[in-house]
Amino acid sequence: MRRLLVLMLLVLASPLAAQDLLPPAPYAYRQLDDPAQEAKAQALMETLRCLKCQSQSIADSDAPMAGDMRNQVRQRIAAGEKPEAIRAWLIERYGDYVTYTPRVRALTAPLFAAPLVFVLVAALLLRRRFRKTRSAKA
Amino acid sequence: MSQEAASQRKRPGVWLWLPLALFAGFFVLVMVGLLRPADREVASAFIGKPLPPFDLRAAVPERPGLKTAEFADGKPRLLNVFASWCIPCAAEAPQLAALAQQGVEIDGIAIRDRQEDVQRFLATNGNPFARIGADDVSAVQLAIGSSGVPETFVIDGKGVIRHQHIGDIRVEDIPKLLEKLREAGGR
Repeated sequence: MRRLLVLMLLVLASPLAAQDLLPPAPYAYRQLDDPAQEAKAQALMETLRCLKCQSQSIADSDAPMAGDMRNQVRQRIAAGEKPEAIRAWLIERYGDYVTYTPRVRALTAPLFAAPLVFVLVAALLLRRRFRKTRSAKA
Repeated sequence: MSQEAASQRKRPGVWLWLPLALFAGFFVLVMVGLLRPADREVASAFIGKPLPPFDLRAAVPERPGLKTAEFADGKPRLLNVFASWCIPCAAEAPQLAALAQQGVEIDGIAIRDRQEDVQRFLATNGNPFARIGADDVSAVQLAIGSSGVPETFVIDGKGVIRHQHIGDIRVEDIPKLLEKLREAGGR
């Protein structure tokens, strides 16, 4: 009974704040003034993975860390850095996992090779088949 | 119907088992995924590289801030990425205290934190840190390839990242951290 009471009291306990109280970073929710730069930043942010919420891009996520990543991307674009340089900077730190753009690596090479192999096999099969019908006609 | 055709129909061959085999394979795949889900931690790819240059202001007045240059003093140490709003960070506090008591130097980076919150956190959980830098926009966190709190890095005496521990330090993790520190010390 007492245990139950304690458990019920736990419902009333105020949860510890598991979220920070700092305001978002300057460019987390603010677009760059230059529309061309903002477009570049947006395109990049849509292809970078949020590390906290791993099925979202940082453009999609409201996690504070995603906001901090957007802030960093926008500030670097504003400073004149190339989007692919920023992507490379992040890959250097987090590996390919951080980017949604596929890369050719030893592990992913079969994925890129598969369509070519299929086309090749199909071409061979078709050739054999056409030859057969021609010889059958003859 | 001839006898030959009837006997052929009785022995349909191995192909009959193919759908069942495919299903069994699929079932095993699903169960493996369910019972042993893949690791969702994002490990830093920055191990073996020197700390990037940074200069963080002090998170609390009781301790100095944190600069990259200070790591190149020849002594290996732990760099603990934490936050007052992070619950596992409070859970690992006794382990950090134990490490500090054994003479390990620990520096901290407080992620997105207010001074009063860090002070309250240290008052409740103890303060094992020699220095605490405040990282308000997770800039240093991103620069060292850390993807969450808490994380603990082993930094050698030249300021090179040697090891990353993701998540809270449990009692059983202490020997490994001490070993990595020894390796980083070159002894």
